[in-house]
Amino acid sequence: MARVSITRDEVAHLARLSRLALTDSELEHFAEQLDVIIGAVARVQEVAAVDIPPTTHAADLSNVFRDDLVVPPLGTQAALAQAPAAEQDRFRVPRILAED
Amino acid sequence: MTAADELITMTAAQMAQAVAAGEISAAELAAAHLDRIAQTDVHVRAFLHVARETALTAARAVDRRRAAGEPLGPLAGVPLALKDVFTTADMPTTCGSKILAGWQPPYDATVTTRLRAAGVVILGKTNMDEFAMGSSTENSAFGPSRNPWDLGRVPGGSSGGSAAAVAAYQAPLGIGTDTGGSIRQPGAVCGLVGVKPTYGGSSRYGLVAFASSLDTPGPLTRTVLDAALLHEVISGHDPRDSTSLDAPVPPVVAAARAADVAGLRVGVVTELSGEGYASGVLARFGEAVELLEALGAKIAEVSCPHFDYALPAYYLIAPSECSSNLARFDGMRYGLRVGDDGTASAEEVMSLTRAAGFGPEVKRRIMLGAYALSSGYYDAYYGKAQQVRTLIARDFAAAFDQVDVLVSPTTPTTAFPIGERVDDPMAMYLADLCTIPANLAGNAAISVPCGLAPEDGLPVGLQIMAPVLADDRMYRVAAAIEAALDQRRGHPLLAEARGIAAVTGTESEAGR
Repeated sequence: MARVSITRDEVAHLARLSRLALTDSELEHFAEQLDVIIGAVARVQEVAAVDIPPTTHAADLSNVFRDDLVVPPLGTQAALAQAPAAEQDRFRVPRILAED
Repeated sequence: MTAADELITMTAAQMAQAVAAGEISAAELAAAHLDRIAQTDVHVRAFLHVARETALTAARAVDRRRAAGEPLGPLAGVPLALKDVFTTADMPTTCGSKILAGWQPPYDATVTTRLRAAGVVILGKTNMDEFAMGSSTENSAFGPSRNPWDLGRVPGGSSGGSAAAVAAYQAPLGIGTDTGGSIRQPGAVCGLVGVKPTYGGSSRYGLVAFASSLDTPGPLTRTVLDAALLHEVISGHDPRDSTSLDAPVPPVVAAARAADVAGLRVGVVTELSGEGYASGVLARFGEAVELLEALGAKIAEVSCPHFDYALPAYYLIAPSECSSNLARFDGMRYGLRVGDDGTASAEEVMSLTRAAGFGPEVKRRIMLGAYALSSGYYDAYYGKAQQVRTLIARDFAAAFDQVDVLVSPTTPTTAFPIGERVDDPMAMYLADLCTIPANLAGNAAISVPCGLAPEDGLPVGLQIMAPVLADDRMYRVAAAIEAALDQRRGHPLLAEARGIAAVTGTESEAGR
């Protein structure tokens, strides 16, 4: 598969997907660098054929179970101790819905 | 050499013996290392956090247990430098990132728990490339660490802080994590022993995730035996890590003590040599192979044709996993929060927080992963990379049908100057060329010093790769090489490190 070079607009889209509020100069710079990196990693397309199964994990394990034991939970105080903002024993977060 | 110098230049095994025999106290040992850190870390910058009182308290507890006649483990009372990617309930954990600056985790990682249970004294948390992404520590939000051989050069990465600490005699033991070479590469360029155990041999619980299918905790030490002792302390099944292997820990300490390669079949990997490798690296590697033959090993050349594709596959797989793992840093429950002015939405706050909290390499990798995983590109990039992973595992399997271990240089070059590759990602990525295959396949690998490159006088590492759960085999080879080279040289390689000696005035053993 031929590779198309990555554009600044595509990087802006990736930044939105990644929840990264990047500046214009960051977008320019990352677009150049990502283009080089993606060009280099595209070499994987040279060797892989359809009959090769994918490997997702180094350890050959599946469906690992352990006993469902009840252990003491972290507790409200410990869980909230490092919160950027807390209120009424809860994490306080910014609004999640738009005004209109 | 002062009395304090004599203490800090001992091996971890010797320190533990001296503590057990009551010749020195664990508290004295901890204090000597804390003093060394106070004297030298202004130059080396290995530590992000030094836990003086916590360390002394832990050391005194070991001394009390000894006084009470309780049995002590083989590393009880020995100080250690812990990479700042493992959670510690009594020390901050930052992962070298502004997004976690000052974060105090509410729990200990399994590695942390096992170190404490063994009476190992944690001196503090060491510098690293942000979220373990890098090969030089220059991606740390808190500035780079420096190589004790030459303070103008990088100590490697991402576990460069732990490596610099051990090479500067600030601690005899270090813990790092190896996702693409992040223990072996800093080990090699700092003249140390660095071990990536078999994937799943050491627990990832409480290790802040970068690429979960690759991340492996392991030792960084000055001797092979010290690495083996630490390997046994941190290893073994952990029900809290679902990818932890429920299998006996390979007998690595016995293998390190045996140090015998007679009759062992050693394969030299054809693909990990040639263009792009420094002449001094290849020269020392060639001599190490000849030495193994002289020690009774049978040498063969083995081709692993798909290793050429390991680097590109890794830079698709690791960023893909990182883009998912690092989504948790959203500024909602812990860590940095930016732009919460009462009008901004949660999504806007997340984007502002992540833009302010992550450095350039982390941003690059998150976006690269998002690209590789996006519909339309998934099959061509992430899917193909996973197939390459299968081909590399098959190459290893075929190779280990012919030989017992594989060898290569650990890194293509020696330590590079600070700043040289910092804004050239592809040049930086090449530092992991030889180490990545073992991460993709999950098997064990070690780096052991094999001399200095004549052109720059900097350390070269020999990498030895062994099959899954045959970690003991590579320790056997590494210990044999170490013993033969130390005997030939008359002193350990690290005694020739000049960088830190030049600024602290401490004379190295070889310089006396």
